[in-house]
Amino acid sequence: MMNFNFNVSELIFVMPELFLLAAISCILLFDLYVKEELKKFTYHLSQLALLITGLLAFNLIGESATIFSGTFVLDTLGSTFKVFIAGFSIIALVYSRHYLSVHGLLRNEYFILALMSILGMLVMVSGHSLLTLYLGLEIMSLSLYALIATARDRAFAIEAALKYFVLGAIASGLLLYGMSMIYGITGNLDIAQIASFASLATLEPQETLILNFGLVFLVIGVAFKLGAVPFHMWVPDVYQGSPTSVTMFLSTVPKIAAVALLVRLLIDGLSDFQHYWADLFMILAVLSIGVGSLVALTQVNIKRMLAYSTISHIGFVLLGFVTGVLEGYGSAIFYVFAYILMSLAAFGSIIVLNRSGFEADQISDFRGLSKHSPWFALIMLAVMLSMAGVPPFIGFYSKLFILQQVVSEGYVILAIIAVIFAVISAYYYLQIIKTMYFDDADKEIVVSAPIDLKVVLSINGALILIIGLMPSYWMNLSVSLFSVS
Amino acid sequence: MDSLLSILIWLPILGGGSVLLIGNNRASLAKWTSVGISILVFILSINLFLDFDTSTSAMQFVEKTSWISQFNIFYHLGVDGISMPLIILTTFSTVLVIIAGWEVIQNRVADYMAAFLMMEGIIIGVFSAMDSMLYYVFWEASLIPMLLIIGVWGGQNRVYAAIKFFLYTFLGSVFMLVSLIYMYNLGGSFAISDMQSLPLTLVQQGWIFWAFFLAFAVKVPMFPVHTWLPDAHVQAPTGGSVILAAIMLKMGGYGFFRFSLPITPDASSYFAFAVIVLSLIAIVYIGFVALVQKDMKKLIAYSSISHMGFVTLGVFALFSIMKMDSSGELISIAGASIESAYLGLEGAMIQMVSHGFISAAMFLVVGVLYDRLHSREISTYGGVVNSMPKFTGFAVLFAMANAGLPGTSGFVGEFMVILGALQANFWYAFLAAMTLIVGAAYTLWMVKRVFWGPVINPEVSKLNDINAREFGILAVLAVAVLWMGVYPQPVIEVMHVSIANLLEQALTTKIPGML
Repeated sequence: MMNFNFNVSELIFVMPELFLLAAISCILLFDLYVKEELKKFTYHLSQLALLITGLLAFNLIGESATIFSGTFVLDTLGSTFKVFIAGFSIIALVYSRHYLSVHGLLRNEYFILALMSILGMLVMVSGHSLLTLYLGLEIMSLSLYALIATARDRAFAIEAALKYFVLGAIASGLLLYGMSMIYGITGNLDIAQIASFASLATLEPQETLILNFGLVFLVIGVAFKLGAVPFHMWVPDVYQGSPTSVTMFLSTVPKIAAVALLVRLLIDGLSDFQHYWADLFMILAVLSIGVGSLVALTQVNIKRMLAYSTISHIGFVLLGFVTGVLEGYGSAIFYVFAYILMSLAAFGSIIVLNRSGFEADQISDFRGLSKHSPWFALIMLAVMLSMAGVPPFIGFYSKLFILQQVVSEGYVILAIIAVIFAVISAYYYLQIIKTMYFDDADKEIVVSAPIDLKVVLSINGALILIIGLMPSYWMNLSVSLFSVS
Repeated sequence: MDSLLSILIWLPILGGGSVLLIGNNRASLAKWTSVGISILVFILSINLFLDFDTSTSAMQFVEKTSWISQFNIFYHLGVDGISMPLIILTTFSTVLVIIAGWEVIQNRVADYMAAFLMMEGIIIGVFSAMDSMLYYVFWEASLIPMLLIIGVWGGQNRVYAAIKFFLYTFLGSVFMLVSLIYMYNLGGSFAISDMQSLPLTLVQQGWIFWAFFLAFAVKVPMFPVHTWLPDAHVQAPTGGSVILAAIMLKMGGYGFFRFSLPITPDASSYFAFAVIVLSLIAIVYIGFVALVQKDMKKLIAYSSISHMGFVTLGVFALFSIMKMDSSGELISIAGASIESAYLGLEGAMIQMVSHGFISAAMFLVVGVLYDRLHSREISTYGGVVNSMPKFTGFAVLFAMANAGLPGTSGFVGEFMVILGALQANFWYAFLAAMTLIVGAAYTLWMVKRVFWGPVINPEVSKLNDINAREFGILAVLAVAVLWMGVYPQPVIEVMHVSIANLLEQALTTKIPGML
């Protein structure tokens, strides 16, 4: 059983989390006590806190340790994930501020809640016991529920928050149920202990059965958080109802944490049951790609469309995990990073169109954008083509990587299904391009974004092309995460 | 120059980027920059021809650096006698379309010019890539500028045509992607040359063959996957139609030469009859379809499909002419001469280049009329010769070339293919030769209705004859068509050794155990 011993020198390995927690407390106090005109600096302090957290995590890359009696693990995968979480969150917050300020939603709780949920994600990424993982998950989720509800006078937002809360609670319940099964049979919360139990050659059939039973619920919990079909029901409604900046946040950074949950539970913990969960993932993946591609065809709300597009991207990510080899897992990680980069740019482009009293969330709001603002139209063009998987953008390489792994493990049929749906999904991405380039504007489009948003969005868009032209480094990085750990 | 091919690819792409930055508000500067870049690229590409070594089938002007180390993918460029003429055709046509769009395009001029420049670089990339993944990246990327060209500057129904074009070709090529990945997993390399020497069973070859076939047949286009082409052509602006017909269709034909024959020789031989049947349907049936068109652009689009049928016929007739005997010697089947296998393949190549000139010219001719009266309907016109005598001279010349008149380039390719096919099977040649009649019928009938006869439409009598710019473009094309018709020898010489090498590859079995 667990034997808690605590060593102060171990604190060095939780520096990012500790710092972020301290920063959140300080910022909260700062916001409470400073004068009204200084309150705008809460945003800057939050960004600074994220930057430092990211740097601290970056500093720890290469270290590896299991501390706090095996409940917290630090490895290259964890540190790299943390750097990406911090980095993507910085971009997301830059985009968020413009949206919030034009819609009168700019309250400093927003940034504090965002930081809080990021803290939860960091804990999840490093969780090495069922309890730590669940703790991180709940810190993240609770902050996100509140974040959605920050637009408290919008009925849709309240509906979204409630829906996300109720369904999220069910998912957490299912996950907990699965965890209790696992704990019941292994007698351990520690992932490493669970792994060594599961790898025993002397497992009784009943033990295998119960482990499998728990496994199914773990998979459901993870699928819920990722938004894979058939556990995707919350995704479109929550995406549509949330304020766009929250939708953006929701659809990007927490996916890294969800993938981390998957890696910790299923790859670190139950890799001996890989063929069981891979079969489940195969079904989830094919359904996600199919439903995501087909249902998106008829959407007129761009946030709903992107919700279904996310579902189909998640299907591709799961395909990477189906392969059961390290390169396959690496390809899934590369896909997640590429997806987040594209998704951020897509929502960034939507936010650019927002102005006081005007909520741009219909596809038709993009009409004639290429005439009024050729640069942002070009970025959106790159994002849409990239999501459709057209080279030379990053989205193509992430699909190529996944497909290569899928084919090399012998699942040629899966690859063919995936590419057929990729072609179908190209249709709705083309609809956006059509709206921007081929249609004439029926109303004046004013793009009046602050300079920081414009610069970050431009860099974000350029990265989609530049990493597309030189993807080698990032592919190697994604694979190396698994070969080291 | 060591990096000539890279310059040919990236100069127009980066040039296109800078034209975008110049912006639509400075249209005149954008136009002059674009025409300057395109002429510079054309002159540079002449170096490919001048420095080309015709005595070897090996790749020339080779560049190779690692690109994606994870997958062993290289930035690997090179040309041989098959791709080199197509690259020069590309640079040549781009100069023409940029000049042809000079006054016609009033809307978003810089974007228009930039799209064509980027397209040029991307297509040169397709023809010079020696790594299949690099090839695929360029191949797919070429859809993007064309999508925008059709969609932004196209006609009434442009959105439908643009999206149909994109999805059709996208669907065709994803299966190629899967089969490329499949072969990578077998051989551990994406290099085209490694795939060509990869042993494959007949079953594997069959799947790969049809995956490739779908990609290339959509592009060529072959019956029955040709339906996107008339829509795309009719809706595209003149420049878009020219590039589409003159170059993009050739990407499909090039694919058969570079991928299908050498990588899946046994499957190509096994399924050759099916491809020949489809080619003959395209040649004959689509010829009749062209006959009944009321829209000039649609007529030329169908005539393109019919003429491209000669390319696939010439390529696949090969397998009925020659085979390799057990000692590895090439022998002919049923008394055909070895020369006729060359005739088929070289005729197909000549046909591709010649069709590049003729279809470009025909679309420009329609473009000249469309710019004046904004109608593509044949019935709008009649008696154009009365007001536009110089223009009619050119139009009739190109129409004759389209009909395959001896002395023009249209004759050479078709005649070579028919001669080759005759050795394979009398009926192939007979049916293919039919098209000379049908082709003459639809082309000349259109000429009769548009240029001769009484002037019915009063607008026609007020037409101005072509200006110096239009005269220049058409004259250059006329020279090219006549030169290819009278003296195709330089082009044949350039490709001969590469074709011989291809012939050998196509007839060498790859089935393990039969090697």
